[in-house]
Amino acid sequence: MAGGPSRALLDEIASRPGRDTFVSSVIKGAFITLSLLFLAALLFAPLITVFATALSKGFEMYFNSFADPDTIAAIRLTLITAAIVVPTNTVFGVAAAWAIAKFEFKGKSILITLIDLPIAVSPVISGLIYVLLFGMQGWFGLWLQEHDISIVFALPGIILATMFVTFPYVARELIPLMQQMGNDEEEAAITLGAGGIMTFFHVTLPKIRWGLLYGVILCNARAMGEFGAVSVVSGHIRGLTTTMPLHVEILYQEYNFVGAFAVASLLTLLAVLTLIIKSLIEWRQKT
Amino acid sequence: MSSFRQPSILPGFGLTLGFSVFFLCALVLIPLAALVMKTATMGWDDFLNVLFDPRVLASFRLSFGASLLAATLNGIFGFVIAWTLVRYDFPGRKLIDALIDMPFALPTAVSGIALTAVFAENGWIGEHLAPFGIKVAYTWIGVVVALTLIGLPFVVRSIQPALVEVQRDLEDAAETLGAGRFTIFRRIILPTVTPALLTGFTMAFARGVGEYGSVIFIAGNLPMKTEIAPLLIVIKLEQFDYVGAAAIGFLMLVISFVMLLSINLLQTWGRRRHVAAGR
Repeated sequence: MAGGPSRALLDEIASRPGRDTFVSSVIKGAFITLSLLFLAALLFAPLITVFATALSKGFEMYFNSFADPDTIAAIRLTLITAAIVVPTNTVFGVAAAWAIAKFEFKGKSILITLIDLPIAVSPVISGLIYVLLFGMQGWFGLWLQEHDISIVFALPGIILATMFVTFPYVARELIPLMQQMGNDEEEAAITLGAGGIMTFFHVTLPKIRWGLLYGVILCNARAMGEFGAVSVVSGHIRGLTTTMPLHVEILYQEYNFVGAFAVASLLTLLAVLTLIIKSLIEWRQKT
Repeated sequence: MSSFRQPSILPGFGLTLGFSVFFLCALVLIPLAALVMKTATMGWDDFLNVLFDPRVLASFRLSFGASLLAATLNGIFGFVIAWTLVRYDFPGRKLIDALIDMPFALPTAVSGIALTAVFAENGWIGEHLAPFGIKVAYTWIGVVVALTLIGLPFVVRSIQPALVEVQRDLEDAAETLGAGRFTIFRRIILPTVTPALLTGFTMAFARGVGEYGSVIFIAGNLPMKTEIAPLLIVIKLEQFDYVGAAAIGFLMLVISFVMLLSINLLQTWGRRRHVAAGR
């Protein structure tokens, strides 16, 4: 992700002769105004609306929304899902990045493309494939029913769909980072007699920890906020299989706008927190 | 083994690659293969019947049309925003730069209900558009608005690094030689940025075609008018028409593959141009 220009670059541009003509300041003003107007309409207004609507009937009503047992159940389900999905995808991401960044082998670029696949696939399809496998009319539907196992319309389906959607994020952050860092230090550690585990935790992990942290929080934000894929596999059983985003939909469709936007405000805060951590990491890396 | 990979003293290749490939197959490839096989159980006639159903055709037209329009809007405004962030300094620039990733981090259902609230006839922006007879929420315009928000970070984030790399000495040389602003833009800046712009455009477009959460709230979901293709999959599933859902899903999957491939090609093209320019 690119940051902005460096201070030195901006100063250098500003000092160029003929740069502060009337026309260039008009163009500059127009570009900034246009950018801000576009973002204000599309991004800032909706963000403010979330909190404005959630608080429209006062703080008491806002906090009362979280006392609803169905809302509490939705928050719990979202936390459980993230608690299973994020560590699993983190282990996968680290393993995939180690294999891809540290070794040269045939078919590597195909593997990288396949890891990216879930990002290109529509979230609805991510849910659909699990319904086709494990649903009542699915490939394993009959067998699962005979053994009294439910995957679709239950927690395992929600976890699988969420895992599919957030599958690439940790690996995507780590692969370029580890490729860029090279193998020299790891090779030195191994030559000096360190084992593989020790090399990873003492040599590699300290170098990649910030990238890893960003991958993990991004994966977490996407896991907690996933809507389309989970919507297809969840069955929308209120209080049982509704995650926070699905609960937002239910409340919204019941015209309980304060409740819907109150839950939405929690998810918005999560997104804001994710971006703050991201900015902190980028700021750390620059200094 | 030696022909498969280059020798290395680092351990863990078999373990990490084996685990990654196993996990990839179990979670992604086999389920996706199930979709392909489900579609294969239906004959050609049934497959074409599902896809040429007027309601399905209308949903594809909306999904592709709205995504194309949204990606184009993002191409224009994304460039303006990226340019503003890279070339100008103004108060709040860093904050704006950080917020560009917001649509990516924000759950789609939240952006969906928030956009609907803003653009509904009694919303902050909707109420100013209503007197002009412009309805955004619950029309196709709403779909375009939602997809534009979703696609924005992809375009801005791919243009930004390219804009940083535009060689300033070339711009200065062109200006010294008497080129006007527009000529500099058309002959120097645009060619450098084009691969990145196209990559961002394709990513935004691909994301838009598959997008569900942010669209269904603002679209109104009227059959033949404001139903998007992913919604039709959900509707077919609710009617237990698994085969019909699989057929639409299969077509969308093929389209995603093609887009992913073109993004990869565009990026290779961009890298090659970059190398050539650096020589």
